Amino acid sequence: MAQVEWSPAPRRFGETTRPDAWWAQPLLVFAGLSAFVLYSTWAAFQGKDYNFGPYLSPFYSPEIFGDSPHALLGPKPAAWPSWLPFSPALLILWIPAGFRMTCYYYRGAYYKSFWADPLACAVGEPRKSYLGENSLPLILQNVHRYFLYLALLFILVLAHDVWKALWFAGAAGQTTFGIGVGTLVLAVNVCLLGGYTFGCHSLRHLVGGGLDEVSCAPTCQHAWRCVSGLNRRHLLWAWMSLFWVGFSDVYIRLCAMGVWHDVRLL
Amino acid sequence: MSTATFRIWRGDAQGGEFRDYPVEVSEGMVVLDAVNQLQAKHAHDLACRWNCKAGKCGSCSAEVNGMPKLMCMTRLSAIPLDRPVIIEPMKAFPVVRDLATDVSWNYRVKKKIKPFKPRAPDAPDGTWRMAQADVDRVQEFRKCIECFLCQDVCHVLRDHHRHDDFIGPRFLVYTAALEMHPLDTEDRLPELKQAHGVGLCNITKCCTTVCPENITITDNAIIPLKERVVDEFYDPLGWLAKQARNALKR
Amino acid sequence: MPDYETIEHDVLVIGSGGAGLRAAIEASAAGVSVGMVCKCLLGKAHTVMAEGGIAAALANVDDRDNWQVHFADTMRGGQYVNNWRMAELHAKEAPERVRELEAWGAVFDRTPDGRILQRNFGGHKYPRLAHVGDRTGLELIRTLQDRGVHQGIDVHMEVCVIELLKEGGRVVGALGFDRERGKFRIFRAKAVVLATGGVGKAYKITSNSWDCTGDGHSLAYHAGAALIDMEYLQFHPTGMVWPPSVCGMLVTEGVRGEGGILTNKDGKRFMFGFIPDNYKAQTADNEEEGWRYTQGDKEARRPPELLTRDHVARCIVREIKEGRGSPHGGVFLDISWIQQRLAHAEEHIKRKLPSMYHQFKQLGDVDITREPMEVGPTTHYIMGGVKVDADTQMSSVPGLFAAGECAAGINGANRLGGNSLSDLLVFGQRAGEFAAKFAKENLAGSINSAQVEEATRRALEPFGRNVTASADFEGPYQVQFDLQEMMQNLVGIVRREDEMLRALDGLARLNARARRVGVTGHRDFNPGWHTALDLRSLLTVSEAITRAALERKESRGAQFRDDFPNKDATLGQQSVIIHKGADGSMQVNREPLPDLPAHLKQVIEEMK
Repeated sequence: MAQVEWSPAPRRFGETTRPDAWWAQPLLVFAGLSAFVLYSTWAAFQGKDYNFGPYLSPFYSPEIFGDSPHALLGPKPAAWPSWLPFSPALLILWIPAGFRMTCYYYRGAYYKSFWADPLACAVGEPRKSYLGENSLPLILQNVHRYFLYLALLFILVLAHDVWKALWFAGAAGQTTFGIGVGTLVLAVNVCLLGGYTFGCHSLRHLVGGGLDEVSCAPTCQHAWRCVSGLNRRHLLWAWMSLFWVGFSDVYIRLCAMGVWHDVRLL
Repeated sequence: MSTATFRIWRGDAQGGEFRDYPVEVSEGMVVLDAVNQLQAKHAHDLACRWNCKAGKCGSCSAEVNGMPKLMCMTRLSAIPLDRPVIIEPMKAFPVVRDLATDVSWNYRVKKKIKPFKPRAPDAPDGTWRMAQADVDRVQEFRKCIECFLCQDVCHVLRDHHRHDDFIGPRFLVYTAALEMHPLDTEDRLPELKQAHGVGLCNITKCCTTVCPENITITDNAIIPLKERVVDEFYDPLGWLAKQARNALKR
Repeated sequence: MPDYETIEHDVLVIGSGGAGLRAAIEASAAGVSVGMVCKCLLGKAHTVMAEGGIAAALANVDDRDNWQVHFADTMRGGQYVNNWRMAELHAKEAPERVRELEAWGAVFDRTPDGRILQRNFGGHKYPRLAHVGDRTGLELIRTLQDRGVHQGIDVHMEVCVIELLKEGGRVVGALGFDRERGKFRIFRAKAVVLATGGVGKAYKITSNSWDCTGDGHSLAYHAGAALIDMEYLQFHPTGMVWPPSVCGMLVTEGVRGEGGILTNKDGKRFMFGFIPDNYKAQTADNEEEGWRYTQGDKEARRPPELLTRDHVARCIVREIKEGRGSPHGGVFLDISWIQQRLAHAEEHIKRKLPSMYHQFKQLGDVDITREPMEVGPTTHYIMGGVKVDADTQMSSVPGLFAAGECAAGINGANRLGGNSLSDLLVFGQRAGEFAAKFAKENLAGSINSAQVEEATRRALEPFGRNVTASADFEGPYQVQFDLQEMMQNLVGIVRREDEMLRALDGLARLNARARRVGVTGHRDFNPGWHTALDLRSLLTVSEAITRAALERKESRGAQFRDDFPNKDATLGQQSVIIHKGADGSMQVNREPLPDLPAHLKQVIEEMK
């Protein structure tokens, strides 16, 4: 077969013969992610209304320094420079943010809807140059597994928050066991985040996917199968957990602001 | 029997144009039937590759209404016929004529990938033992019929023409099948990182979307390969852990 | 003579399916330079369509299996008119050829202890087919393709050979043209291996690819080689019948191997009523036993659905003719019923028969895990072909070898499922080995420019005629369609002398029309022109099939004569042999079969 001389004409941005609504999905993703980023940034900078009773907003957990009873090391250190804005969320939120930023699903999604690289399958692109993930800055995406290690710790912390959300302060200062709607919100949150985190592509590789003969290591094989099962729906877990973690913050914030009244179920 | 209009790209490397043809539509028809009908009735010389017409050989790749498809597996009942059906050649490769493209690049790329190198046989009779659980994954990749639709839709090739430093989804799947083969002992990670450009893939999953064999190209092949490259080149802690394990073994 | 590009190789392989690739690999390993010409792209040959598996007596699943049993099964399936030596070599060498594939990277399904899994198939006494789901052919061709490319075979893709070039009695090369630009190329070679596959496109309803036009049969015939057994054309019992666009598309025998049953419109499992005497002893007489067989019970006998293909196809035709067929003119093949027996039947079916599930779902709107399929016979395989020496695969023309479907002998009057993939491996390997040997022992011949000129002139003739200008000229497609229609109707599963005589008349008329065929456009990738050039092969093989079928006045295996419904003892000892006469007309003769040696006779007796 001969090699044909080829100098293809560059395709224009948005050029396609697809008659379907190919723009709908990137638009939805753009809207969804933008809304979340805007809200979470706003919420993170608030520095208040993030706890209510035994509940702590997942945006602020773990609270390393802070004014709420959940703070691990007490209030903001005196040495904190005054020109630097402080919020307990800013100390930790880079971890889940980094985990999601470097997540294989989100990468593909925001390259499409924010960078138009490509906007949709078989649709022309705005830029001629392309670096991919082969050179700086996107080569840094390979750090994903380190964010995974930290995100796994977060699952423990958030699970502990659910435990704490089971103990309410009584009128006489004693703590009593109870379940409020907020407890359930936080419990669902940790489940969804677990489903997302334990379905991570890097985790799938690390627990057994890296082995060619995984059947020779039964524990790894079992773990690999479990992670693979979650991984198959990674997109769904990603969106559900993203929505719910935002909703958890909204819920607690509204309770703390007195807009909403938390209902004790037990 | 109803009639539909097919708008087919006719031309060669120098250029071409769309031409409209009437097609008589009958039950169960696929796009390739329509093209064959046109060849017999209106355009004897309409160039198009096809062999098996059963979705097994991967020859009749083209773009139907803007999406890469096998013409033999695209039923007319699945596309709107109230407006012209647009049929074009693949865009990631040079056109030979009409719907036939020069896909020889793919064959040259495949030749660059290091071949299978098995370990020594497991049994005295020269045979090997492999568990079905371990070959399941490789068998998924080996379903590939080399239709090159994934290569066509991949924007790294289609829009950015990085044919010289990226092997494309098809050959990442091919590399994955070799790398994850339980018997294989070859190491293809250095060239995967460099010359074969796994890092150029930005996992936008169009390849998975168009695969007629439903191979989960991105999640099961490309991302695991990226992770293996991370193991080897980008993970200092993992590297240390590996050195420690090897030292302990010794 | 115009200056055509000339390409030199020691061995030229024509055809890039399993047999061609295996031959090329072997010849290349022997240290000679090898060129391979393929009509399509590499890796797209009809071998990719093979679904069921490769028959080889590996004895991984049933340790009672060995080459003797495989040999006896093959001979019984072929109604004992096989070339015994080929059947013997095939049975003995197939296991090694399969293991070799694994060493080259093929990934077969595994037994629980990690060896190559084997499945049941029609006519095979034990589970014998090494397989990969239902895409074994793809696995085989990909493995061979990768091996061959890395071994340094020169592949000439999309080149169509139109003439074998001869010097005296010997083949010294081939003339072809590349489809892309329509340029002629001369291939000079010391030995030529034909591995061009089958002839299915001579029929309207066929499971074969577009490219199965009998090129090898025709090239060999016109080069003076003998063809034998051309009357034996296998109709696969189960092809899709609906919708019309996919009519003929193969439904693998694996469906029946996994427990699928054939029923008529009354829901009756009709195959139990038609078990031939020579298979009675090894066929189940009740549904329960048949089911146990498909589930691996070694004590059970096989269900009648897994009788040989010729027989099952005829039984289906009878059901349809007698008015018990399905709505679209087939019968029902049901695998969904196994949910009565298996807990996770749906998953099981999808895992064991993924491409069947996919094919019916996507093309026929039928979910085979829930409803039965409609199936009917489809032209599938030709047992006949180039007459070759059993050991070396050399034809009656020195320097010309043939392997795979275009060669004849191994399958006799009917091929068993799974034997074609092992056939092409075993005899592809042998053809490659002996072609390389021949190339080493002989010098390259010289090209006869008159022959080249004549062939190129003939090939370009259609361009001289303008289809649109005058009513005298024919479009190539219409001639092809009329040929397919006629062969389907007159030389199909059930044959009669008067119909076949009409077919011969029809062929004469079609030949005349083919000489008037004209094409539009230019030589660059012009399918109209390619179709016009294929007509010569299609007409040649159609005539050979018809004449051979007329000559065999008996019913045996795939050949069923309505006017001679029984076997004939004398004809059972003879092959029908065809060659081109001095005057250019087709000569039909009979030739006695080679004598079966005593030790093999004994093997057959013991296995009866």
